[in-house]
Amino acid sequence: MDLSFGPEYDAFRSEVREFLAAHIDQSPRNEALRSPAMLDWQQLLIEHGYTARTIPKAYGGFGAEPNIIQSRIIAEEFANARAHPGLGGQGISMLVPTLLEMGTEEQKQQFISPTIHGEMVWCQGYSEPGAGSDLASLTTSAVLDGDEWVVNGQKIWTSTAHLADWIFCLVRTEPEAPKHQGISFLLFKMDTPGIEIRPLVDMTGAANFNETFFTDVRVPKEQIVGARGQGWQVANAILGHERDSLGNPNTTLTRLNALTELMKTETVDGVRMIDNPVYRDRLMQLQGRVMAMRFNDLRVLSSRINKGQDASLARMIVKLQGTELRHDLEGMAIDIMGEVGLSYEDNPYTRQAGSWQNQYMFFLGLIIGGGTSQIQKNIISERGLDMPKEPKYPKAAAAQG
Amino acid sequence: MQFGLSEEQTLLQDNVNRFLRDQVDLDTVRAFCGDQDANDQAIWRGLVELGISALLVPEANGGVGLAPLDAAIVAECLGYHVTPAPFLGSAVMAPTVLQHANKEQDERLTALAAGELRVGIAFGEAVGARADAQINGSSGKLNGKSLFAFDADADSYLVADKQQHIYWVEAADVERAALTTVDKTRRTVALTYQDSPAELISDDPGVFARALDIGRVMLAADTLGAAQNMLDQAVAYAKQREQFNRPIASFQAVKHMCAEMAAGLEPCRAMVWFAAHALAELPDEARVTACHTKAHVAEVGKFVAKTATEVHGGMGFTDLLGLHYWFKRCGANRQWLGAPELVREEAARLQGLVA
Repeated sequence: MDLSFGPEYDAFRSEVREFLAAHIDQSPRNEALRSPAMLDWQQLLIEHGYTARTIPKAYGGFGAEPNIIQSRIIAEEFANARAHPGLGGQGISMLVPTLLEMGTEEQKQQFISPTIHGEMVWCQGYSEPGAGSDLASLTTSAVLDGDEWVVNGQKIWTSTAHLADWIFCLVRTEPEAPKHQGISFLLFKMDTPGIEIRPLVDMTGAANFNETFFTDVRVPKEQIVGARGQGWQVANAILGHERDSLGNPNTTLTRLNALTELMKTETVDGVRMIDNPVYRDRLMQLQGRVMAMRFNDLRVLSSRINKGQDASLARMIVKLQGTELRHDLEGMAIDIMGEVGLSYEDNPYTRQAGSWQNQYMFFLGLIIGGGTSQIQKNIISERGLDMPKEPKYPKAAAAQG
Repeated sequence: MQFGLSEEQTLLQDNVNRFLRDQVDLDTVRAFCGDQDANDQAIWRGLVELGISALLVPEANGGVGLAPLDAAIVAECLGYHVTPAPFLGSAVMAPTVLQHANKEQDERLTALAAGELRVGIAFGEAVGARADAQINGSSGKLNGKSLFAFDADADSYLVADKQQHIYWVEAADVERAALTTVDKTRRTVALTYQDSPAELISDDPGVFARALDIGRVMLAADTLGAAQNMLDQAVAYAKQREQFNRPIASFQAVKHMCAEMAAGLEPCRAMVWFAAHALAELPDEARVTACHTKAHVAEVGKFVAKTATEVHGGMGFTDLLGLHYWFKRCGANRQWLGAPELVREEAARLQGLVA
């Protein structure tokens, strides 16, 4: 057991700290996606290797060798300094790694640099009204007509579709093939004629998602990643990325500390909530769970550094446990406040700008999105515990049913 | 950075598991549990030969001088195999107390390392006295009663009073009465003291806390092992048991029960490792982490014990399968040295959250 990153990383950590001390004033707060302040910050971070760190220089990145500990130190120091960690979003976190793996040289040249610099914003076209957990049953079609694909169908949960320049989209190109082998991965511009975007208001009251409709959208033939029919493999690589990035236990620890502070200030009949043993025990229960997940995270991190160490099950449970834990934590803050905790939007009694209610609902969204908790349990039992898949429901019966 | 077990630790784990699998199978456990006159001396002898009694004893006293994490690995193995053994008292808490005693305890430590001395633990009074338990220590004599002291066959006991002073009492000087519990794999006793000669070993609450913390982490490790075994058995049973013409392991209802057990249990492994590591290396975090580990693993263990039994259906409820030994082991570990609510309140107090 050795929890230190080693003295060789101390210098690196100081370097990050010095950068932050010198530049923290430039860190954007609540800036729009494409504001000059945001784009300048992104450029500065790339120049210093604090974002797009391992993206090759040839494609506009910093070009460092992958080093998990360095990435971790950067994330920790940025969080401690409350500095903007650089742009995320599905283009940067999901499409870019995929292009690096599967894209043609031309595609890498064309897309990666503007994407990581925040000049080209992407949305993801995966889920459909009829294809959620069973994503591979998607029916949005693309038919080759001369040098162009003609796309027809509908996507849902397309976050930032209304802001995006481009979409990476799963479409069915081989209707006769088995469902996993008939999918292709297309890239196209969101201002192509035939695309209609309708905002989808969620339970938090915000329109973070959209429904996106495609009617005879014409896409140049070469704007495909991987071969025809290979889209499922491409998409799976990306889904793995998304699951890895959710449920960061360090953020959860920050929220737990905020909850503890809240309990020291909120009162009922003049008694602080932290002094009520029932609520205090609930806080302690949560603290135990947060602790367990933090250590689990350290174990997962360690297994990525030390190749011989197996922590695959520890890794598989992170999305399920992390999102459920955050939902419970945010919900407890609401219970602490009682009816005050119901306050939302414009109400003089709203605490922390309504963030507890907002996050409570938002994390219910995350429990469902990116592979529901139930799908996670299928993955854990099938891949982690080697239990058999549910027998397939016969097609004929499904059609009659 | 290396968050996990070293090669030596994995080897230790393999050795102990192999010994327990080969020499202390469920039939052996059953034989011990079913016969009041049977004792665990033969099992303990085997563990002593593996060096388990010497694990935490300093090398100067003939021990191996290893760390709490090594002991936690052994505790997990013992829980996995529901092994009857005086490990917690004689191999863990007693050496911890004696190493930090007011006076040198070389002789006793040497005897513990050699497996020639069994020392039980009567900490109930100091952890939280129940009705009918009260002890008074003064001028070298102990009076009163300790309940649910563990290791019914100990040669001597370490007894802690409300002031968290720890006394050494010879078994021969106390009246010892068996207290039967649901967990027959480890026997507990009531100790009645009547002017029993008592030697003050430590009057430092810090020593009591050290022993309590390591004891709690070991109980968590024991539950981790026991619960892991129950999960393993549940998964194996579900794969072979068929209903409606298919293995029940192919039903999502059953799969999700198993996934929930794994999802709860897997972080407990990291937690036990960290808590054990912290006892030796991170004094600022050790106490709170030990409390939370004791409580959290007990909660997950309770869930796994129930759920794994349910996966077995009616068979899980029978004595035939013997799953109940693990169920009861988790249950006992949960209550000993502080039930979850009490331990969590202690965690809050240690963090200054209790006014």
